[in-house]
Order: sequence, then C-alpha cells, then structure tokens
Amino acid sequence: MESENWKPNFTIRFNSTQTPSKELGSSRIIMAAIEILDLEKSYLVGFWRKRPKLALRPLRLTVEEGEVFGFLGPNGAGKTTTLKLLMGLVFPTAGTARILGKELDDPAVKSQIGFLPEQPYFYDHLTARELLNYYGQLSGVPAKGRAARVEQMLERVGLSGSASVQLRKFSKGMLQRVGLAQAILHDPKLVFLDEPMSGLDPMGRREVRDLIQQLRSEGKTVFFSTHILSDAEALCDRVAVIHQGELRGVGAVADLTSGTQGKIEIIFYAAKVPAGLTALGAVARISGDMVNAVLPEEQQDAALELLRRERLKLISLAPVRNSLEEYYIQRLQPTDVEKEDEEDEARNEENRKGVGV
Amino acid sequence: MNSRVGYIAFNTFREAVRDRVLYNLIAFALLLSGAAILVGEISIDIERLVVVNLGLTAVSLFGVIIAIFIGIGLVSKEIEKRTLYTVLSRPVRRWEFVVGKFFGLTGTLVVNTVCMALGVFLALLYVSHKFEKMDQWVLVALYFIVLQFFIVCALALFFSSFSTPLMSAVFTFALFVIGSLAEDLRGFARITHGLGGWLATGIAYLVPNFSALNVISQVAHGDPVAGRLILYNTAYALLYSAMAISGAVLIFQRRNLK
Amino acid sequence: MKMSATGRVNLAALAVLFFSLAGAMTTLYAMDRTRREPVAQDELYISSPRVLRRMSLGYTGLLADIYWTRAVQYFGVQHHSGSGDFRLLAPLLEVTTELDPKLLPAYEFGANFLAPKPPSGAGLPGAALSLMKYGIEHNPDQWRLYYNLGFLYYTEFKDYAKAAEVFKQGAALPVTNEFMPILAARMAQHAGEFDTARMLWVTTYQSTKEPRIRQNAVEHLLALQVDEEVKQLEHVVERYRQQTGRLPENMGDLERAGFIHGTPADPKGNAYQLMSDGRIEVQNPKILYFITKGLPPGASPPQPPREKSGS
Repeated sequence: MESENWKPNFTIRFNSTQTPSKELGSSRIIMAAIEILDLEKSYLVGFWRKRPKLALRPLRLTVEEGEVFGFLGPNGAGKTTTLKLLMGLVFPTAGTARILGKELDDPAVKSQIGFLPEQPYFYDHLTARELLNYYGQLSGVPAKGRAARVEQMLERVGLSGSASVQLRKFSKGMLQRVGLAQAILHDPKLVFLDEPMSGLDPMGRREVRDLIQQLRSEGKTVFFSTHILSDAEALCDRVAVIHQGELRGVGAVADLTSGTQGKIEIIFYAAKVPAGLTALGAVARISGDMVNAVLPEEQQDAALELLRRERLKLISLAPVRNSLEEYYIQRLQPTDVEKEDEEDEARNEENRKGVGV
Repeated sequence: MNSRVGYIAFNTFREAVRDRVLYNLIAFALLLSGAAILVGEISIDIERLVVVNLGLTAVSLFGVIIAIFIGIGLVSKEIEKRTLYTVLSRPVRRWEFVVGKFFGLTGTLVVNTVCMALGVFLALLYVSHKFEKMDQWVLVALYFIVLQFFIVCALALFFSSFSTPLMSAVFTFALFVIGSLAEDLRGFARITHGLGGWLATGIAYLVPNFSALNVISQVAHGDPVAGRLILYNTAYALLYSAMAISGAVLIFQRRNLK
Repeated sequence: MKMSATGRVNLAALAVLFFSLAGAMTTLYAMDRTRREPVAQDELYISSPRVLRRMSLGYTGLLADIYWTRAVQYFGVQHHSGSGDFRLLAPLLEVTTELDPKLLPAYEFGANFLAPKPPSGAGLPGAALSLMKYGIEHNPDQWRLYYNLGFLYYTEFKDYAKAAEVFKQGAALPVTNEFMPILAARMAQHAGEFDTARMLWVTTYQSTKEPRIRQNAVEHLLALQVDEEVKQLEHVVERYRQQTGRLPENMGDLERAGFIHGTPADPKGNAYQLMSDGRIEVQNPKILYFITKGLPPGASPPQPPREKSGS
C-alpha cells in the first residue's frame, strides 16, 4: 500500500515528468536537496535502568531541489527530532543523511541552509537588528552590504518598526517573524522551518504563506513541518506523513488530491431535503437556505431530474475529490507492526511487574 | 583566530554587559571608598596595607563569583532557551562556540578587573597621596588575579558542558576552594606514603593551583614578586585553561542538544 | 584515511588536552622545585577558639576533626623539617579541644608533645598542664586524662604530691587502669624511680594506639633500661675497685672476678664499653634517644632523628 508512494532514492536522476528544463530538452539533472538514509534516533529513558526509547525509526526520505516539502504529523511524531538530526543538533543512533550532497558535519553545508526552530527564542538583550547582524556575521554574510541585507529582511517580515527594540519585549508572533528573518537572512538554498505558522495571527499566517511561495518562486527548497493540513495542502509540492517516529507515507499533493471517490456533491437552494434524494443514496445536510448532498456518481442524472421536478435551483455540482485530510487520517491508523509492538510492550510491562512482585 | 570565535565572544560580552553584570562595580566602588575613608581616619601606617588587601581580595572574589555564575550558564542557558539551535545551524562549529564563549566571558572579566584596578589605585592615591615603586607589584597581583579568572571560567565552562548549572557551580566553587589550598595539599602529599601518597600526589597536581596565583598579602607588604613566578604562573594558567577548554570541547562535540 | 570534520576537531581537541595537561603538570613541578622549602602551614588564620566556634555555625564536630588533622600534620611536617619550631601546636590543640572537648586523642597528643623540650616537643609544660585540666573538666570520667596529668606533674614538674593526688583520683574512677593505684602509691613514697618511670611508659604504651606516641614510649623504655644497666655496671666497677684496689681494665676482668657473666650489651645489641676512668659508656649514643647515663663526659642526651622522608 505504501510502496506506491515511495520514490527511488537516486542522488541524481533523470526526471522527465516534472519541470522539463529548457536547456536540456526533456531531461534534466535534479539534485536531491535532502537525502535521509535510514536515519534513526533513540534516547535512553528511565532513571535506574535506562532503556532506549525510539524517537525515530529508520527514516528514508528524499527531498528534491526546488521543492516545497511538507513534513506532517501530530505533535510528538518525530518531526522536530528529524529536523534536529538534520541540523546536527542531535546525533543519529544509526543511519546518515546528506544535505545538498554533503555530509551533515561538513561546514560548507551550513552556510547554504536556514533554520527556524519551533517557538524560536533569541538573545533577550539584543535588538532585532543586532541579532540579525550577529547571525549575518556567523553565516558569513560579507560585511559590505550586510546592514542593507538586515534592513531588507526586517522589512520583509514586517519588523522595520521594531528593529531597535530589545527582543525580550517581543511577543511570540514577533519572535516568530524574527525567526523567519534569520532563517532566510543569508539567502540559503534550503530552508528548514519547524512549525512556521505557530503563534501567528491569521494575518501573520497569510504572510508566512506568501513568504514560502516567494521562496519557491526564487527556486529555494523549503522543508517545513506542520500539523496544520490546510497549510500543507496550499503550499506543498509533496508531503510526508510521520507518526510515532515512523514514516507512514510520502506523496505529491497533486496526486493525493487528484483522484475522485466516485461521488458527487450537489448544492442547491431548498428549505428541506427533498424526500426522493435519500432514496438515491445521498447524505445531505441543510446549511441556511441551502442543501448540501453527496451521492454516488451514477445517480447524478437521477438527482438532477429530481431537482428539476421539484423546481429547486441548483448552485453547484462537482465530483468529490480526495482531500489531504483523508489521506492523513488514513495514514495515522496503527499498522500491523505497531500493533505487535504495542502487544510486546504490554507483555514486557507485565513481565516487569511479575519480577517486581 | 577565526572571526566567528570573535563574533561569539563579542556577543557574549555584549549580553553580559547588558545583563548588568558590570553593576558589581558600584558595590566594589562603595566598598573600597568606604574602606579607604575609614582606614584613613582610624589607623596609622597600615592604610596602604588595608587598601591593597581589601581591594585585591574584593577584585578576586567578585570576579570569581561572576566567572562562576555566568560561566555555568553560558552553555546551559543557550541550550535551555534554544538560542543555540539558530547558532549551530549556521556555519559555526561547536568548538568555535565554546571557545568564543570562553573569550567573551574572560573579556568581560578583564574589562571588569581593569575598572576595579583603577579603583584600587585611586584609593591608594587617596590614602598615601603618591604612587610608590612597590605599587608595581600590585599590578602583578592584579595580573595573577586575571589569570585566576581564566582558569575559573574554563572550569565553569567545562563543568557546564555536561552538568546542570547548579552542579557546575558547586563543582567549580569546590575546585576553587581546593585549588586555593593546593600548595598545602601538595605539601601533605609529599609526606604521605604508599598508595595514598600516589593518590594524594595525583590529586594535588590535578587540581588547579590557585595558591601560587594569590600574592595579595605579599604585595600588600610591598614585597616583590619573582620574575620566574610570573613566567610560570602565566604558562600554568594558560595551559590549565586550554586543558579545561579542550575537555569541554570534547564533551560538547558529542552532546545531544535536546 | 579520510576523516570527517568532527573527527578532526576531536583529534585536535584531544591533542590540546594532553599537551596542556602535560605542560601544566610540568610547570607546577618546576614551580615546586624552585621553592626553597616545602610550604608548611605556618599560618593560623583565626587563633581565637571562641571566634572559630561561633564561625563554625554549629558544625563544630567536623571543624574539630579538621583542626585535629591539621595539628597532627603540622607536628609531622615540623618534626620532619627538624626545625624544632612547634609554635602552633598549642593553639591548634586548644582550638581543636575548644571545638570538641571530648576529642581525647588531642589531649593525649598534647600531653606527650607539648611539654618536652624542643626538638622532640614544643617545650611548653604549662600549656600541656592547662590542656589536661581543661580536658578533665570536660571529661571527668576518663582515667587517661588523669594519668596524663599525673605523668606531667611527675616528669616535668617533679611534683610528687600533686602527681599522687591525680593518680589517686584516676584510680577511683569506675573504669580505670590497673597501674593507677600502684602509681598513686609510688608517688606517695617517692620510691623506685626506675620502676615508676617504667610503669608510666608501659602504661602509656599500652593505652594508646597512636604510633607516634607508642614509638616515643618504646624509646623512653629503652633509655630507662640503658640508664639502669649503666648504673648497675658502674656499681660493679666500684665494688671491683674496692676489692682489688684498682680499676678493671676490661669487661673480662669483671667476669674473671665473678661479678658478671658474659659481655653485657645495651638493648640495641651493642656491648657496653668500660672506659679507663671506670665509667661505662654506650657504643652508639646516637641510636639510644633520651638516655641520661652512659654518655661521653659533657655530651647532651641524643635526640630522636627526623622522621624518614619518603625517598
């Protein structure tokens, strides 16, 4: 079931279906921006007898250059762990990863990536401008033009007015904006964003969406984690679903949402649901002065006939498409392996109790 | 030295200054001027002694306290507040971070000590109305105090690379106390025999030797400090700090930043 | 072999670690070598026991132990250096017992090493006396304190009446030593100096575990034996002279006259020497500490050597 969503893990491959290149005709070399090769992480937990707890099962994933890639999963699924592994903040128990074709601890990698941690926090006593300048220095942004670049970034995230205020006086949303600014400050090729929309008001979310769109149009690769599906659906080329430290599926958003379910949705003006409609197998609900009904595709003609007879005004008729949400929910169902694991765990627990008594 | 170390050091210094670390100078100034005025009125002939003893002891203790309390937080605070994430996701190596932090902290302490040293000399001028040739040894004592800060900072950084701030403070302070008695300890080791003697000698040589760096009472009496001691102390402090810092780097290189 | 960036940093850090460790230790060693003499703890920063007691914030027990250790260490270091300077022994013991008046080893140490003259002690019998009195005040049921006090009266002050009184008090305690009543009686009669002294040192030897004090007692017992033997031999020489009208030329003369059997030797195994003027001398006075007889004319009693150093 999952295998259809797996993509081969070639570092370099000829891609004929996506974005055909003008220079090379129908085929073009696409570099993998991120290659995760069986990256695995477990932490030791417990006070007396430390036992390893798996935070991330061996993860294999490739993100291509120029993609906006969504990393989906509920809280605690292992999204942040994966990002920390890629940033070199924690070290894998097993496996490796490559970013832009280089090892993780290669210093050359870091100048080409930007990172926004979850709920970012910065030096309290610096102003936004000083912070960005400091980060610019650390990222090797040349002194000449650094100040201008900092102002430009402040402008871009809408913080020009508060550039000289110390960060301890910033709200959560403002810190998130500073975080975005520092992530793209040095014009990285690849941007990692951990929950970029959290803590933002609707306007701020809109701005972040626009920013990600802009990055895409500039040809950057964006890898962002989120548990908000509408953001992912609106922005991502591809998504991966992770749950309990395990990759549950990868796919292109367009593919996932392109299929129909053999159902149609009709919306029409009516005070109540017409009696004959339920007989056609429709699930209907009333919203205001409209009725919204979903029914099998083959009943389309019969339904329209019914409406004409009842002299009801049709507003819309459309096939029901797959939503990302359905895909996501489906992927979160426990797999067989996991059920076994849980049983094992329960057995172990009992054994331990047995020993204790 | 690479430039990122410098940037990190400067930022550490700036943070410390904005965190009102230098406010201790006010307490120091009050203490010293109060003492200078007081001894000027009540005692004869020992004004200089009291000013040097009190001034240098205060410089040393204030500095050690600052070194410990900032030093232990340098790494752990950045991990706790996750400021480290955005630093280490840049082309900054972990060793650069540790070394930068070290220089930032010692830089802060050097600035602090220079200010305090000015205060000590002003107080000396106030009580004896002129500078004497033996006052140069006060400068040497101040230099030794700065060397002492190097070691304390490095130790604080070392302990905080793997331990909680509280435990780091305890460890560092304990080593400061033990190290201040280091020469007694080595004297004791010399008269102990057998396995205990080996152990005592090992420990006596491993703990930082702060006692040789403390020449306060000597210079208070205007006694000179041997040139060879200056040389040895300089070499020792630099080597010991380098040792602690490289230990910190080795541990920090492996550390998972949860 | 190609090495990862992290590996290179680790290797460099490890190299710095070892280099600086070795360097720091070498510097320290060099620093110690240039010093003229080992640093002794010749500072007693706070000499008022009462102030210290207040400063201890109630943790007097631990502080007393620290001061007690310091006192022993101080004595050891000073003894080792042979300087005979024990200025701080009295204040250190005073502080120790003020902090913990029940620390009996401190009194015992004081009784044995405060009173004797330098270089085997601090030469402060008065300080030893007041320390013992303080000790008895706080530990009235400890016979050893009475014993030590009586010992001091007898050896340092030659005050037999006081010594007898103190031994008697000690003998009356529920827990005491079998020699205590005998010592009290001896003091009263002034009889048998040799036996009394011998009994005192034997009691000291038997009632302590402190090796320094035991060794001291053993040396005193040996010296007593030498003194007694020399006295007896000289007595024999005198009798020979009275019988024959002349001094014996050698030990053989005495043996042939039937006064002695074999060649008499001192406890260290060296034969006693008969001098031309009829005196008896020990062969090697340097290894018989504390002897008062059998010495060359004008020679002062030998003193125990410095303790052996580790090398």
